[in-house]
Amino acid sequence: MNDGVVAESLRKSFGPGADALRGVSFAAGRGAITGLVGPDGAGKSTLLRLAAGLLLPDGGSVRVLGLDPDGEVHELRRRIGYMPQRFGLYEDLSVQENLRLFADLQGVVGDRRDEQFERLATMTGLAPFGDRLAGQLSGGMKQKLGLACALVKEPEFLLLDEPTVGVDPLSRRELWQIVDTLVDEHGIGVLVSTAYLDEAERCGDVVVLDRGEVLDIGPPARFAAAMRGRVFAVTPRPGVPPRRLQAALSGQPGVLDVSMRAGRVRAVAAADGEPIADLPALADDVAEVAATTPCFEDAFMARLAGRSERVQVRAPAVPERTAGGRVAVQVRDLRKHFGDFEAVRGVSFEVHEGEIFGLLGPNGAGKSTTFRMLCGLTSISDGEATVAGRDLRRAGKRARARLGYMAQKFSLYGSLSVLENLRFFGTAYGLAGARLRTRIDESLAEFGLGDRRRDTAATLPGGYKQRLAMAAALLHEPDILFLDEPTSGVDPVARREFWLRINAVALAGTTVVVTTHFMEEAEYCDRMLIMARGAELAIGTPAEIRATARSDEHPDPSIEDAFLILAERRTEAFA
Amino acid sequence: MSGQAAGSLRRTSGFLRKELLQILRDPSSIALALVMPVVLILLFGYGVSLDAEHIPVAVVLDDRGSASQDLLARLEGSPYFEPRRVSTVTDADALMARHEVQGVVRIGPDFESRLAATGTAPVQLVLNGVDSNRARLVEGYFDGIVGTWAAARIARGEAAAAPLVTVSPRTWFNADGRSTNFLVPGLVALVMTLTGALLTALVVAREWERGTMEAILVTPLRAAEFLIAKIVPYYLLGMGGMTLCVVLGLLLFDVPLRGSFASLLGVGSLFMLASLGMGLAISSTVRTQFVAAQASILAGFLPAFFLSGLLFDLDSTPLPIRLISHVVPARYFVGASHTLFLAGDLWSVIWPDVLALAAMATLLIGVARRRTGIRIEG
Repeated sequence: MNDGVVAESLRKSFGPGADALRGVSFAAGRGAITGLVGPDGAGKSTLLRLAAGLLLPDGGSVRVLGLDPDGEVHELRRRIGYMPQRFGLYEDLSVQENLRLFADLQGVVGDRRDEQFERLATMTGLAPFGDRLAGQLSGGMKQKLGLACALVKEPEFLLLDEPTVGVDPLSRRELWQIVDTLVDEHGIGVLVSTAYLDEAERCGDVVVLDRGEVLDIGPPARFAAAMRGRVFAVTPRPGVPPRRLQAALSGQPGVLDVSMRAGRVRAVAAADGEPIADLPALADDVAEVAATTPCFEDAFMARLAGRSERVQVRAPAVPERTAGGRVAVQVRDLRKHFGDFEAVRGVSFEVHEGEIFGLLGPNGAGKSTTFRMLCGLTSISDGEATVAGRDLRRAGKRARARLGYMAQKFSLYGSLSVLENLRFFGTAYGLAGARLRTRIDESLAEFGLGDRRRDTAATLPGGYKQRLAMAAALLHEPDILFLDEPTSGVDPVARREFWLRINAVALAGTTVVVTTHFMEEAEYCDRMLIMARGAELAIGTPAEIRATARSDEHPDPSIEDAFLILAERRTEAFA
Repeated sequence: MSGQAAGSLRRTSGFLRKELLQILRDPSSIALALVMPVVLILLFGYGVSLDAEHIPVAVVLDDRGSASQDLLARLEGSPYFEPRRVSTVTDADALMARHEVQGVVRIGPDFESRLAATGTAPVQLVLNGVDSNRARLVEGYFDGIVGTWAAARIARGEAAAAPLVTVSPRTWFNADGRSTNFLVPGLVALVMTLTGALLTALVVAREWERGTMEAILVTPLRAAEFLIAKIVPYYLLGMGGMTLCVVLGLLLFDVPLRGSFASLLGVGSLFMLASLGMGLAISSTVRTQFVAAQASILAGFLPAFFLSGLLFDLDSTPLPIRLISHVVPARYFVGASHTLFLAGDLWSVIWPDVLALAAMATLLIGVARRRTGIRIEG
């Protein structure tokens, strides 16, 4: 029974008011995968680090394979594998050298080492890349190498901290296949934290954490089953953009969660038989409301909905501008070289005013480079790009005045208050006097920052930082808003909120260009470009892209399925 | 037991191998450890000289006599001065104001006649005293020239009565009085601090920043093994930098090495270990390269520069500074290095420095060992 990880009333604090874990108890057995899910700051990484003996608990206990991570740490570390976030690889060492280092450290030598290397190379598909530096591998390859390094000694228990963040869907699927094999054939136990709720469905048990407490534990199917009768697919009338429906539904009483799925709005009701179809806001726009099969994500969002502040995103009832009007961004055969390496290999697309346009793809696909060229942050090697009617190669500066930009990392001043940050960015964009004051007041109200206006930016919780960053980028009322991976490293709950805000901005008439590596977020976009290896993999509306991928085998593919199918087709075409 | 030892050896050598590969592939560590010494020694050797030579001075000669002509000729012949004749004091002042000359020498119209009548005559020397050290040096050189001029006059019988007491100065250890002979032995300490404290603190902080530390900590690698694998390569790199520095000093600047190179290596090793201990102690608490760089510059580099006796003689500094300098490892090494370069293997003089360095190396590595843990928290 005490074979895997057993935690009892585990507590860990990083100082007053910084409790990471507040009495966590659960057991994760061997021969099974146990998932850890929860919003940012739930305590997932802390829990894994306590199990690995990287941190010591302040109270309660955790035992791994029956061992105490304090007193028996050396024995423990001989028997477990651990992969930290960002994989913990030496990027200036080759694949072989990384493996060899971890083999030496784990005492795997001689014939056994050769056998292990061969087995791991075959399992991960890294065999052809032995001499390549880890830093030059794709995100998916790095992730597999990180896993291989953790598996060198054939651990009895494996701890994985968000192993798939930012990795392409194909690699994500392959990683899970490897982990499944390890569990099925070798009987090892796995404790894995993840920000992808669909991955939770692949676990035997799921531990839902929030703010250092266990909310629930159980098999994902049980979570889903409890939601039966409360999840609905709402189909909009023809001509009604689904995201307008989403905005209208969000924040309605009795509705816990609203998301987009395959062109329909998915709504989770607070209680059985909640009459979602009768909501007055929907009357004109809805064609059909049908009960649908619940999944773990629905249960997770519903479980957390009551625990955080409800998001009220004010969306204009009637769009001020309709999509499909003038062209806001025009790109033709855009290219970017870094020395011999061609990061962007000729992409073309256009974005219309008032549209949400997504640039999608795994890390390293070239979407960030494309994005930076459009914002004028990096030079264009070849091709044409027009933003807000101005040629970026000639009038970059003037184009930039008409756009707002929100960087991937929090790029405001941590030591300034919310108000001071907004004042600074407003002034930097040329606002002054009464106009600046009005805009700041409007922003504070719109983004729910009024109560926190005097707080220092660094002390804001993650979701609020994100709001402040977006408020700063919108202060000068740009024609086009560029968002670079706004949801990367953001938990599922905050991601939902953020997309509602993006939706509201677009409904108010601002064009939005957004990058993301979460494929399912494509559903929130009007149109998108999916990139892979610097080139276009697909372009169009979510419905069009799903249609391209549709086959007898996959009658109703999600965007992520579509990515996998299209990527596979492309590989076959090359072969 | 032997199985455990073999495991430990394998872990240490595996980690060491990784460290060497990283050094070889990282241009910035090579630059800091081997290119920096070359740059520093060229800069100090050619650029930073505490000597004054070819000092431009304006000369206003209002006297036409042979004695003043003789004095002027000696000024012109001196390697220390570059006299420029001007006709009036106003012109000389103007040159001073434009920083074209460092001083003004004025010989009055009655120089010859007063000399003949009384045996003495005044020569006016005006100096730019902004850099007071330099002004004193220039004054000294000028006194020297006037002295030899007077002596020659006595020898020729043009002046009477040699003074009763004469000073015949002789400079020991650095007979040429060249500041490179003083600077290069101290510079070695600076170069070794860069590799020992700065580079080591940086590479450990980099492991934290890139998340590799977390992966390494969860392996059976012990803290002591980690430290050995970090010390060995950077010790070698630092000693390489030191050797480079010494060889360049000997070849380019003719700095004498009167003691043996072996002694220098021995004392240098102790200092290197102390520096490495400092770097590793810093990196055991610091998690980012930025803070690591700041901390090692404040704790290692700046004291090695200002409180080691590298630039200034510590005996002439105020007492509090002198007291503080006793906790700076570089102080002991610079002292020993000066002795080894300029005097020789005088163990009776070096012993106290060697003991102090050994104690500091032990202490600092001990602190690093205590503070380096196998967990994220200290």
